[in-house]
Amino acid sequence: MRIQCPICGSRDRREFYYKGDALALKRPAPDAGAEAWDDYVYLRDNPAGWHSELWQHEAGCGAWLVVERNITSHEIRKVTLAEDAT
Amino acid sequence: MRFSGLKILKEGLTGNKGWRPHWRDPQPKSEYDIIIIGGGGHGLACAHYLASQHGITNVAVLERGYIGGGNVGRNTTIVRANYSLPGNSEFYSHSLKLWEGLEQDLNYNVMHSQRGIINLFHSDGQRDDFARRGNMMLSQGDDAELLDTEGVRKKLPYLDFEQTRFPIFGGLFHARGGTARHDAVAWGFARGADSRGVDLIQKCEVTGIDIQNGVVTGVQTSRGPIRAKKVAMMGAGRSSQIADMAGMRLPIESHVLQAFVTEGLKPCIDHVITYGMGHFYISQSDKGGLVFGGDLDMYASYAARGNLPLVEHVVEAGMTLMPMIGKAKMLRSWGGIMDMSPDGSPIIDRTHIDGLFVSCGWCYGGFKAVPAGGHVMAHLLATDQYHPNATGFRLDRFRSGVGIIDEEATGSQHNLH
Amino acid sequence: MRVQGKGLIDRSRPIGFRFDGHRYEGFVGDTLASALLANDVKLVGRSFKYHRPRGIYSAGSEEPNALVTVGRGAGAEPNIRATVQELYSGLEARAQNAWPSVGFDLMAINDLAAPFLGAGFYYKTFMWPKAFWEKLYEPVIRHAAGLGALSGQANPDKYDRGFLFCDLLIIGAGPTGLMAALAAGRAGVDVILADEDCRMGGRLLAETKEIDGKPGFVWVDEVLAELDSLPNVRRMVRTTVTGAYDSGMFGALERVMHHTAQRDGGAPLETFWRIATKGAVLAAGALERSIAFRNNDRPGVMQAGAVRAYLNRWGVSPGKTMTVFANNDGAHQTARDLLDAGVHVAAVIDSRPDAPDIEGVQMIKGGLVKAASGGKQLEAISVIHNGTTEQIATDCLAVSGGWNPTVHLTCHLNGRPQWSEDIASFVPKMGAVPGMIAAGSCNGEMSTAQCLADGVKAVECALGITVKVDVPAAEDDPYRMRPLWAVPGKGRAWLDFQNDVSVKDITQAATENFSSVEHMKRYTTQGMATDQGKNSNMQALALLADATGRGIPETGTTTFRPPYSPVALAALGAGAQGKGFAPERKTTSHVFSEKMGAPMIAVGLWYRPSYFPKAGEKTWRESCDREVGYIRHSVGICDVSTLGKIDIQGPDAAALLDFVYTNMFSTLKVGRVRYGLMLREDGFVMDDGTTARLSDTHFVMTTTTAAAGDVMRHLEFVTQCLRPDWDVRFTSVTEQWAQFAVAGPESRALLNGILDAPIDAESVPFMACGPVSIGGVKGRLFRISFSGEHAYEIAVPSRFGESLFETLVARADAMEGGAYGMEALNVARVEKGFITHSEISGRVTAFDLGMERMLSAKKDCIGKTLSWRAGLTDPDRERMMGFKAVGAAKMLTAGAHLYPEDQDAHRVHDQGHITSVAWSPDLERYVALGMVRGGSARLGERLRMVDGVRGIETHVEVVDPVQFDPEGGRVRG
Repeated sequence: MRIQCPICGSRDRREFYYKGDALALKRPAPDAGAEAWDDYVYLRDNPAGWHSELWQHEAGCGAWLVVERNITSHEIRKVTLAEDAT
Repeated sequence: MRFSGLKILKEGLTGNKGWRPHWRDPQPKSEYDIIIIGGGGHGLACAHYLASQHGITNVAVLERGYIGGGNVGRNTTIVRANYSLPGNSEFYSHSLKLWEGLEQDLNYNVMHSQRGIINLFHSDGQRDDFARRGNMMLSQGDDAELLDTEGVRKKLPYLDFEQTRFPIFGGLFHARGGTARHDAVAWGFARGADSRGVDLIQKCEVTGIDIQNGVVTGVQTSRGPIRAKKVAMMGAGRSSQIADMAGMRLPIESHVLQAFVTEGLKPCIDHVITYGMGHFYISQSDKGGLVFGGDLDMYASYAARGNLPLVEHVVEAGMTLMPMIGKAKMLRSWGGIMDMSPDGSPIIDRTHIDGLFVSCGWCYGGFKAVPAGGHVMAHLLATDQYHPNATGFRLDRFRSGVGIIDEEATGSQHNLH
Repeated sequence: MRVQGKGLIDRSRPIGFRFDGHRYEGFVGDTLASALLANDVKLVGRSFKYHRPRGIYSAGSEEPNALVTVGRGAGAEPNIRATVQELYSGLEARAQNAWPSVGFDLMAINDLAAPFLGAGFYYKTFMWPKAFWEKLYEPVIRHAAGLGALSGQANPDKYDRGFLFCDLLIIGAGPTGLMAALAAGRAGVDVILADEDCRMGGRLLAETKEIDGKPGFVWVDEVLAELDSLPNVRRMVRTTVTGAYDSGMFGALERVMHHTAQRDGGAPLETFWRIATKGAVLAAGALERSIAFRNNDRPGVMQAGAVRAYLNRWGVSPGKTMTVFANNDGAHQTARDLLDAGVHVAAVIDSRPDAPDIEGVQMIKGGLVKAASGGKQLEAISVIHNGTTEQIATDCLAVSGGWNPTVHLTCHLNGRPQWSEDIASFVPKMGAVPGMIAAGSCNGEMSTAQCLADGVKAVECALGITVKVDVPAAEDDPYRMRPLWAVPGKGRAWLDFQNDVSVKDITQAATENFSSVEHMKRYTTQGMATDQGKNSNMQALALLADATGRGIPETGTTTFRPPYSPVALAALGAGAQGKGFAPERKTTSHVFSEKMGAPMIAVGLWYRPSYFPKAGEKTWRESCDREVGYIRHSVGICDVSTLGKIDIQGPDAAALLDFVYTNMFSTLKVGRVRYGLMLREDGFVMDDGTTARLSDTHFVMTTTTAAAGDVMRHLEFVTQCLRPDWDVRFTSVTEQWAQFAVAGPESRALLNGILDAPIDAESVPFMACGPVSIGGVKGRLFRISFSGEHAYEIAVPSRFGESLFETLVARADAMEGGAYGMEALNVARVEKGFITHSEISGRVTAFDLGMERMLSAKKDCIGKTLSWRAGLTDPDRERMMGFKAVGAAKMLTAGAHLYPEDQDAHRVHDQGHITSVAWSPDLERYVALGMVRGGSARLGERLRMVDGVRGIETHVEVVDPVQFDPEGGRVRG
């Protein structure tokens, strides 16, 4: 698998660290309540299809990326910098 | 039909014409007491135990493909009871005890082979961790032995004790650990359930779960609607999709775990061995193939296949640990979809919907759990009580923080367990 | 036997080799298989289950039978296919899976018991008595199974891995692949052309049909010459593309040196390549399938195409009296080629009544080969024709049941091939691997002319360009074939030759309701041998379709998985053997520490000294006790550079620290250091360490050695993903600064001997930090302590690390102190109740560590909300306390569990466990840290400590974690 880093170009998957669902970008307020925090930290949509997720180009520029990837086919259709997504 | 050496002899002498189907292919009935979604190891074991332990036989197992086609048929076949934490420890101990009588219970040789597992460690800190784990195993009534370097060398003289990157400090030996013939486990439970009247319905995909006023009433399937008093969601690998039909969002992320086998070789590895400084575990099958695996590919996936970085990483660990396997050739690689939970431990529980139960989150430990996973789920379905050896696998433990069972101690990131 | 006037071998260059101890001769250009056939060696192995005799069957990597061990000693290679092993001078090969010899194999007795050993027999027996499985049945089965043997010694050979990049990867260099390479190469595209054979050309080397009016191999040579003149084309022979992966990645194995005896040269034996390409053309060709009949596995029964290959490429006839059995026109060419070469062809049996004639040969149309006879080699076949059976003497039967496209790579991304009625086989599904176009016979195009044209078309399709290449004239015979999977009749007709799967096994599987193709495979082991079903899966599933009354498309195939052909683990893991598995990180004091005799232990990727032994010391404990004495009573020096150091700068640096630590850092004064606790978002402790404020906007954070990478990534996550609005930058400076602990009552005195400006209690009080100068070198001084003593850490740019360490140790020596290692460091911290990752296990909260007061109420931080969940603040949780032995045994051990004094050491009574233990030379007893239910509520209580795996049991008292200098006076000096 290769990922198109917006800064570095197409790189092998082994340069990247995977975190998980991009909902990690949407941190609830401290007082948002147990349900909101459960949703954020633990529960996942886990769709068998297109998935917006967070990767870091750890062995490259260090940028955190939002990658739109089909997790059934592994096709990647869009990669953006996480800092532009928030 | 009872299987035995005598039966084989008789059939062999009469042209092998008397063999019968190991299970039927029934048409689905319009209603069952219990519907189990998913004809994998856990679903089949649950059906077997519902029938054999609780006398509940009006049960259907609905499988969208063929039975045993999921992870029970694509794992590295390791069976062990060597967990550190309460919750897990008693459950896997329970499972190992069921394994130890499984062939006789099922009248099916699942080739459970207690060849011994050695978890290697490579530092003083790891030794202490494994001592803690071994002590937990002993306190549970299971076996554990802490080996020093020489003790490991005696059992595994072919490891690299001199040049390897992370020297071997010793190992935790679990003599009752071992392997089993994975497909046979699924088939044995299937035959056990079928022979007691459970309907195993293959090529029957569940497309909806019927719920009225907070109570489950049945399922919609590719072969029509089927009513049921209770429904058990046991389709690990697709748990999120199944739960979604009931409007539930699970604490599960799906990941691919690869496994590998080499060409057949004469016996050279007697034990199951795990490496302590990278994910690598290996055993040799009765056919002679070295069966080994490692970590997840680490990205969410529903494709039962992986990529090269992980393949290479796993083999690298093998090569630094036991460079004698260098001339063995990888014959086949494959992947299975893991229900990764946020603490690496499974969920076996009721849901907020009456009559709807869930077993999921088996991560990559589901195979050894098959007998107990089915057994305790059958207990829960039949008695509405948690089995004493499975009280900790609660669905709500993450929200409450009560009883999180984080064996790998890596926290809420699903893929790190 | 060798046939004069045929073959592409070099008869002027004979080569000597050995097989099973016997000396033979072959020629340059031979494979081991062709040379063995030339020497009339028919029996080369034994099958897996019944140990039936096995001869060479194919001429390619799909070979199921002729698996041999090549070489001796540590470098011996089991399971080498004789059909792809190139002959070299001195080659030594041995047959496998036979005892005492391949000619007389005692295990062949299995074959007599075959009626009792059918599909799945082992699932039905060996269950009684229970204990016999491990002790008797399984060892017998294990011994009988397996093929070749590993040497048991470490791999002695060099292997390599690498990356390659191209615009177009062409897989296979037969007519299709060569034409594709020519088209793409001329278009200027960056091409890699890979073929598993040592010589490119594919079937063109094995056939006599002409291209462009010249022999196929001549045309091939011309194309190769042109390709070699193009700088944009890289030709890779002996290279098998083993797998297709995501986003245009392919795996490929190049067998670099296997065709030579050389093993010690500079070149690796094999190289595993990862190829990144924009597009790919799969020109993998097709594999010939067999027809099953009784005893069709006898040595001498071969693929018809392989017979042509041996004849035309290697100048060998595998038999003296040849026969052909086929269901298609193409196989007739075998008879014609043999006749042309002067080899006797006894008969051609074609199952089709309307088959065409062949001049000069007895044609049996509408005939079937019912059985083969002969023991270790084929002697005769019985042919049924018009109701009569005829025996025909023959020592080689060339069989063809048609051809199966080599669709494997197109299925590696979960694509399923599609049934084609035209060729009665499966063909690739378009687009199954994005960017890869299947062409030629692997796409179901069976004539040479079609293949050549398809090669050009595939390039245009893959690259979206138009190329102008003249496609040469070539054979364009229609593919006439009528499916025939097995000849009905008595006895065992074989499918999977290696795993001994017969037609009866398939029908029995169907009878027993293993009717899904996957169930059938797993129940019978059909297709699970080293050829992965390349030679027999198609027949097996067609027979299963018949047995279950379903069509073939509905029955479907099993899953094709990488690798296409087996790959040595030494290649996949090249470089990792020995120390290469992980990088080695060494501190600036490494060499000096080794000089002092310190055993270096791995701490993550780093090496750190365990202790520094002195003359006369017999155990590590003696050294360790002495070094603890330095810390407690004079001064000790320890390299702490492995701790992660992160330089954080910017107006929002303090805000970042407030957000990632539980406690406040924005209130920290410049020139001061503060201890911080970092949580994961789920509320559990992630790491701890000190952070120094060098200016309003400049901090230096330290992390534990183990978590340095995780913390760095965490900070990147927080700043890029959660607070991109913050103006803050940071970078790891772990490698840039060498840092040493100077600990002990004499630490200030020592420092004042080397600092350009002396310090005192007022200028550098506890938890102060600031710039210093050492002999003109600008450094940093932190008054922090991980030992509870008056201590400092002094940091200098790494290039000065070695000399500073040597200086510090020399000065300490002169003050009756010296260097100390990890062991002494650990003793001092356990005495003081300071935590490491033994305590911060990933399962503990600030509350569990007794640090809940460090959770500032004034601000949000990562992990704060969830750390207050009910389950994480339950007073009954296991919380950290200190322990001391009070029983008869004084030994404490980490990993031991705790129980009430009056209870069994049973799980249900578990109270906690010991996490860290050290012998305190000052307290003259063991000190321990651990986790116990209820934590400080248990203070003073006595518990049973049981370490069953070490055979240690004692009683302990729960004490405060700080067991040495509880008032903390020493640290303030």
